[in-house]
Formats: sequence, structure tokens, C-alpha cells
Amino acid sequence: MAKKLLEMHSITKEFPGVKALDNVNITVNEGEIHAVVGENGAGKSTLMNVLSGVHPYGSYSGDIYFDGQLCRFHSIKDSERLGIVIIHQELALVPYLSIGENMFLGNERRRRRGVVDWNETYQKAEEYLKVVGLEENPRTLVKDISVGKQQLVEIAKALAKDVRLLILDEPTSSLNEGDSLKVLNLLLTLKRERGITSILISHKLNEVAYCADRITILRDGSTVETLDKHKDGVTEERIIRGMVGREMTERYPHRPHTIRSEVALEVQDWTVYHELYTERKVVDNVSFKLHKGEVAGIYGLMGSGRTELALSIFGRAYGSRISGTLIKDGQVLELNSVPEAINAGLTYVTEDRKDNGLILGNSIMHNITLPRMDFVAPKGRIDRDLERQTANHYREALDIKAPSVEQLVNNLSGGNQQKVLLAKWIYSKPDILILDEPTRGVDVGAKYEIYQIINDLAKQGKAILLISSELPEILGMCDRIYVMDSGRIIAEFPQSEATQEGIMNCIMQQSKGEIGA
Amino acid sequence: MSSLWTTLRNNLRQYMILLALLAIIIAFQLMTNGTLLKPMNVSNLIFQNAYVVILAVGMLMCILTGGNIDLSVGSVVALIGACAGTFIISWGWNSHLTILLCLLIGLAIGAWQGFWIAYARIPAFIVTLSGMLVFRGLTLIVLGGLTLAPFPSDFLAYSTGYIPDLFPGMSLFGLRNSTSLLIGVLLAIIYCISQMRGWIWRKKKAYEVESPWVLLLKMVIVSAAVIWLFYTLGAYRGVPKVLIIVGIILIAYSYFTTHTVMGRHLYALGGNEKAARLSGVKTTQLLFLAYVNMAFLASIAGIVFSARLNSASPQAGQSFELDAIAACFIGGASAYGGIGTVGGTLIGAMIMGVLNNGMSIMGISSNVQQVVKGLVLLGAVAFDVLGKQRMQLRFLPFFGRRAPKPQESVKLEG
Repeated sequence: MAKKLLEMHSITKEFPGVKALDNVNITVNEGEIHAVVGENGAGKSTLMNVLSGVHPYGSYSGDIYFDGQLCRFHSIKDSERLGIVIIHQELALVPYLSIGENMFLGNERRRRRGVVDWNETYQKAEEYLKVVGLEENPRTLVKDISVGKQQLVEIAKALAKDVRLLILDEPTSSLNEGDSLKVLNLLLTLKRERGITSILISHKLNEVAYCADRITILRDGSTVETLDKHKDGVTEERIIRGMVGREMTERYPHRPHTIRSEVALEVQDWTVYHELYTERKVVDNVSFKLHKGEVAGIYGLMGSGRTELALSIFGRAYGSRISGTLIKDGQVLELNSVPEAINAGLTYVTEDRKDNGLILGNSIMHNITLPRMDFVAPKGRIDRDLERQTANHYREALDIKAPSVEQLVNNLSGGNQQKVLLAKWIYSKPDILILDEPTRGVDVGAKYEIYQIINDLAKQGKAILLISSELPEILGMCDRIYVMDSGRIIAEFPQSEATQEGIMNCIMQQSKGEIGA
Repeated sequence: MSSLWTTLRNNLRQYMILLALLAIIIAFQLMTNGTLLKPMNVSNLIFQNAYVVILAVGMLMCILTGGNIDLSVGSVVALIGACAGTFIISWGWNSHLTILLCLLIGLAIGAWQGFWIAYARIPAFIVTLSGMLVFRGLTLIVLGGLTLAPFPSDFLAYSTGYIPDLFPGMSLFGLRNSTSLLIGVLLAIIYCISQMRGWIWRKKKAYEVESPWVLLLKMVIVSAAVIWLFYTLGAYRGVPKVLIIVGIILIAYSYFTTHTVMGRHLYALGGNEKAARLSGVKTTQLLFLAYVNMAFLASIAGIVFSARLNSASPQAGQSFELDAIAACFIGGASAYGGIGTVGGTLIGAMIMGVLNNGMSIMGISSNVQQVVKGLVLLGAVAFDVLGKQRMQLRFLPFFGRRAPKPQESVKLEG
């Protein structure tokens, strides 16, 4: 029996209003690659943050044993001292420092106190680069190498810290097939030759099946099961069944039939290039339709181009070299700015309410009226009375829990903030609402209320495009579902034909062949 | 009650800073044996600080956009003074048209800086640092390093001197200028009427209102302060004309920030630029206009200042930008933008002005004065930031279980 390197016992972690982890248990053996899989929000990243000390001891309950020792990490430094290194999905390299400097950042090779030994730094860097199979001069700036190579630098950086347990959070999410394979093979090599244990978090189940020895499945913050490749005969279908198997009753309000025959919005051949790297296509020839009174869904994972698609439709708020046709109510629309889009009856409710949606330091009232100040300010002078009444109306209609509309948005819970965000856009009297992850970071009760709001809007004849990476939400709420991957719409399902397995398989098919193994 | 409490808490800092101003005034009144509030000195205070207030109001608009400051205003003041001096004194142009031309030059300067900041997206700090050097240099070139003086009286008439006594023989309460007192009483009456009307209106609409006694107390205090100010001015030579200019600017910008759509957009821009942009706020245009406006107000300050000196000097306006920036921050503006009021900025400028004036009366050397002003700026902002952290921490659910680490409290700020 293999030696246990890491044991996490009944880990529970709560955020205000949300139980992110509920009694999670996981055991990792020395010298294995252990995959952790689950849908968005299942608690994978939170679990790893608990393990690496990002969430310090005391902010969760449960015990962590590493190498047989009970551990109480107060910061990342504590866990790194034991050789636990986490590589986050967003790489943490400094672009304007060299590969070598990055590799020893915070861990500098020193000659005397405080003086960096550059010779040793670059010599060691070269050794580690050889280990990870990266042929680059360690003096090259990180910004000048590709993302795939940067990922290898991250791994080399971890090796330089005498890593015993390497945690990789979605290491291949921004890599192409060749680079992904390189990273996975490197993990296998490290395991074989240096006995390094890794935890691999990934959405790409084919990768998981390819290299993991054991797989732990998380669902809604709890462990479902741990599969052993050598015993259980792990297939992607088997993993999906573990991830998905959940009751869907009562979590979504009944969705009445409100679709009308008129098409509210039609998007034809929509293509968008990246805002900065203008030769990179982020939305590729997308066409779709939205009927009045319909809730249509776009299911896609992070990086599938769904947000870019929405933003580019919303008055070209994102992207470059945008081409394609927008037809609203039978008329071709030319939208060149956000105010134009708002005036034309479009809204985009952002997935990131804190950064892109709300002005946290302002009151509920000021946040709600912002998109259409002209409604409360005839002739440019703000009618404060009207503004207050309007804001109060929406506070009551959406049941925003706050003592008054003067309350700063900062002081509200996530669910109530999300309702303010919805109120703000409903107030702007749109015909078409694009909702991007409208229930992210919101507890179950508030989610249900938000779903009811969405149903009400559809009943009023508004056309709604619901973007989400939560499959149950998409299945529970949408009349029609588009599946998006790598900037393209790869499938369309009517509600009656859509199943979780079907949609998942559809995405898997798409990425088949990415790993040729 | 909750609404009143929320309003009170949101404005807590304003009351604190007002109390601080009062404390400083009383302290200097005692330390200078009553010289600070003598009629002549009150009049002086207004003349000395008028241009700082004008600049600070413009600076506030820039700071609101996101903590952007304008370092060039001192140089713009000097350049406008130099232009006015050259056009009028050297070339003998018409004073009134020159003033108009100077304001246009100010707008052009603002458009130049605004273009680089808003459209080319070069940090405001760098653009205005460049402007500080460029416009100071241009001042020296225009003036050839010399000081031009004196200005003709029609140029001075706009901003120097006093509103003449309309009833010379009257001598109310033995005042030299009775008109001043009448103006003060009139303003107090207008204030009280508008307060009462607002109160009755809110009551009728069933909004939260303060008790009538609080309203009465507020009206008595404000009216007494206003009447006292104009009484004191009347005891000297009357209402300085520049007070009218400053008053109009204060009222106009106060209205702009609180009652207009564009003013609201300015706060939104500073509060969260990305969210504002996605809510249809024309962020780039707004940033541009903030700097155009700043240079426009700087050119008004330039005219006022050169008239007060009665000369165009190449050294004019040095370090004015710092006084204006300090006034905004002492007055409660956030260094990250989105927070700040015209009223607070006025109080901030008055604190700086009283400190300057009081210490000068006491004969404290200007070297020490700078140290004191610097510490007051830091103290005011530190009080603000630390106070806010403590208040937020108290409301955190996990507070009390363990002391949060410093870096966590910083995160809460954002």
C-alpha cells in the first residue's frame, strides 16, 4: 500500500452566505497524480486554497495532515516550507522580469545577506529548465515567451522550491493541444523520475483520464467519490456520471411557456478579434436567434468566448475588427457605443458585478439610475424625488434587502448586490437582456429569486440570453440551449432534447484529438 | 430614522472636518489675541484664499475622475497672468477683451492636456508635470523674465476692491459699509426660506425629516455665521468683489456635482471606470472635459491673482497646485476618485488658509509653516483612512474571533 502524503479530513469552509466546502475528505498517496474534478462552483479551487494556506488556519474547520503531521498553515509561506506549491490558473509570473528572476522570485539565491548571486541564479535556472524540457535562455524576459512555455516556467519555479506536492489549477486551460500534451507528459515524467506527487484540477476529462492515477470528484462542495484508474476502469462517461448525478427538482421555478413567434434579436456571422492581440479570433462566425419571451442559454466554459460575444454585441464594448450583422425587430442595427446599445434596448448584465457592474462606493439609488439618467433627469436636472421613488420601486419589486436606497452597495450581501445589478438593467427598459452568469457567488435562496425574476421578464415579452457555465442552471432555465466552445457555437439543443451528458459529450467531442494519446 | 442615520453616517466626515475648521479658527483666535477675526484680517483672508478655492474646485473635478491630479495649475496661473500683462500693459489691448481671450487660452491649454490624458491615455501625473514645466517656461519667454506692472483700473475692477456702499449715509450699527450687512441678512433669509421649504416639501412627501428643532438650530447657526461674516466685512470696507466670483463658482459647481447628469457621471467614472463605461457613461469625454475645466478655472484664478498683485510676474502661482490638491484631500476627497464634495473642498481650503494666515500673524517662519501644513494634510487623510478601516472591521462577521492581519484590512478598503 502506498504511503499517504496528504490527508484532508472533513474540511468545511463557509463564505458569508455560502457553504463552499461541506465536509470534504481527500487522501493523496505519495508519487501519484491525483485529479480533482467537478463543475464550476463545486469547490475545487476553494479546497486547494485551504490546502495551500490562502485561506488561513482558523477560517475553515477540519484537519490537514501532510506527511503524517497535523498542519496549521497561516499563509502560503507556511505550506511552501513543507514543499506544497500551487500553480494558479492565472499565471503568477512578472512579465518584465527574466525567466531566471521569476523562477527565484521570493526565493532568491543569495551570496551574502541581501545580495543576489546572479551566477548561481542563472546556472540553477538553466538546470531546472532542462528538467522541464524548456530550451530557452534563462535571461529571456517572460513576456517574450509563449503561454505554454510560461506554464513550464511555473513548474520549473515550483521545482526550484524543492516541491513535494505540486498543485496545478487548470494548467492547460489557455494552452493549445501540443503545449497541453507537453505539460501533462512532464507531470508523468516528474512522477516517474523524481517521485513528485501532483494534484491536477481540470475541466478537460480526457486529460484527466490520460494521466491521473486516482480521481476525486467534488459536487456542490462535497466529495462524491474517489475513483482508482487501476481498479475502476475510469472512462470519461464514468467521471461525468459522478459529476452530474444530482436531483434537479425544486432548484428552479417552473418555466412557463412564454415564447412568442417574433424574433427579437438575430445575430449573423458575428466574428470578433481579441482587443489587444488583434490577430487572435475570440468569437468565430457565430449566428443565433432570440425570440420575444424566450430564455435562450449559451453554455460554455471560461474562455469559450461567451463574454466576448456578449460584450461585442453590446455596443462594441469589447474586441477589435468586429464583423457581422445585428438585426433587432427586423431592422439592421449599427451599434458603435454602449450608450447607443442601451438606447436601442439592449443590456448586458456582467458576470463580474464588483469590477464591471456596480459602483460599490455609491448608493443603491445611484447605481440603479445610472444607465438611464435621462429617465429621472428631464432636461438634464436630476429630479431627486423621482429618482428616489424609482429606486424604491425596484427595491421593492426585486426585494432587495436594505434599510433604504441610500445604503451603499458595498454593505450589501452578494445576492442583494446581484439584485441591484439586475434592477439597474431592468430599469433601463430593455427589450433584450444578456445575463452573464447572473447567479455567480449567490446563495441558493437568492438564486431562486433571481430565476423567478428572469421568468417574469420573459413573461413580459423580453428576450433573454442566459450565459452560464453551470449546466443545471442552463437546463433548468432555458427554452433553447446553444453550446459554445473555442469561440464557436458548436451545437443547439431545444430544451426537450438537452441533457447534461449530451452537452458534456458534445464539448468533449469537440476537444477530442487535442490529446492524441 | 434609519435613512437619517444613513445620511448622517455617510456625511460624518464632513461634520468632523467642519468641527476641525472651527477648532483651528478658535485656537488661532486665542493665540493671535483676537487678530485673526478682526475685520481687516477677515477681508484679507478672503483675498488671500480666493484663487486657492477656485483652483481647488477645478482640482476636485479632476480628482473625482479617479484620483487624477493636475500639477500644472500654478504654471497656468502664471502664464495667464503673463498673457494678460503683455496684452494690456505692453501692447495696450482692451482689458475686457483680453480677459475673454485669456479664458479662451485657458480652454486651449485644457484641451491640450485633456487630449493627452483622455484620448492618448497618458497618465495625468505625467501630462501635467510636463505642463507644469512647459507653461512655466512659456511664462518666462512671454515676460522675458521681467515683471510687468501696473494694470489699468478697468482690469482690476473685476476682482479687486469692494462692492460699494449703496447707502453711504446710513451707517447701520456704526458700520463703515452698511450694504454688506444688508447683503448678509438677505442671504440668511434666502437660506432659511429654502431650508424651510425643503423641509415642508419632504414632510409632505412623507420622507424622513429631522425634527423641527434640529432644523431651527441649523438655521440659527448658519444664519448667525453668515450675518456675522458680512457684518465683519461691513466693519471694514465691505464685501470683496472676489467673494462674489468665488461664491458663484462654488454654487455653480455644487449644483453641477449634485444635480446634473454629467456631475453624477463624474462620480460614477471615479467610483468604477469599467462599470461606468458599461453603463453608458462617456468616460473618455468626461475625463477630457475635467481637464479643460481645470485649465479654465486656472485661467480665472490667473486673472484674479494677477489683479491682486497688480502685476504679471514670472514667479506667480508657484506651488498653487499643491495648495489646491491639499485642500481637496483635507476636504475629504478620495485619492482613488469618486468621493468628494465642493463643500468639503471649500472647508479644506479654508483650513489651509487659516493655518497660513494665523501662523503668519504669529510670526512663525514660513519654513515651520510648511512643516505644519504638511503634517495637517497627512493627519487629515490618515484620520479618514484609519477611521474607515476601524468602522468596516467592526461590521465584519469574524471580527473579534481574531485580529485580522494588516494586509486584509487593506483589501477591505478596495
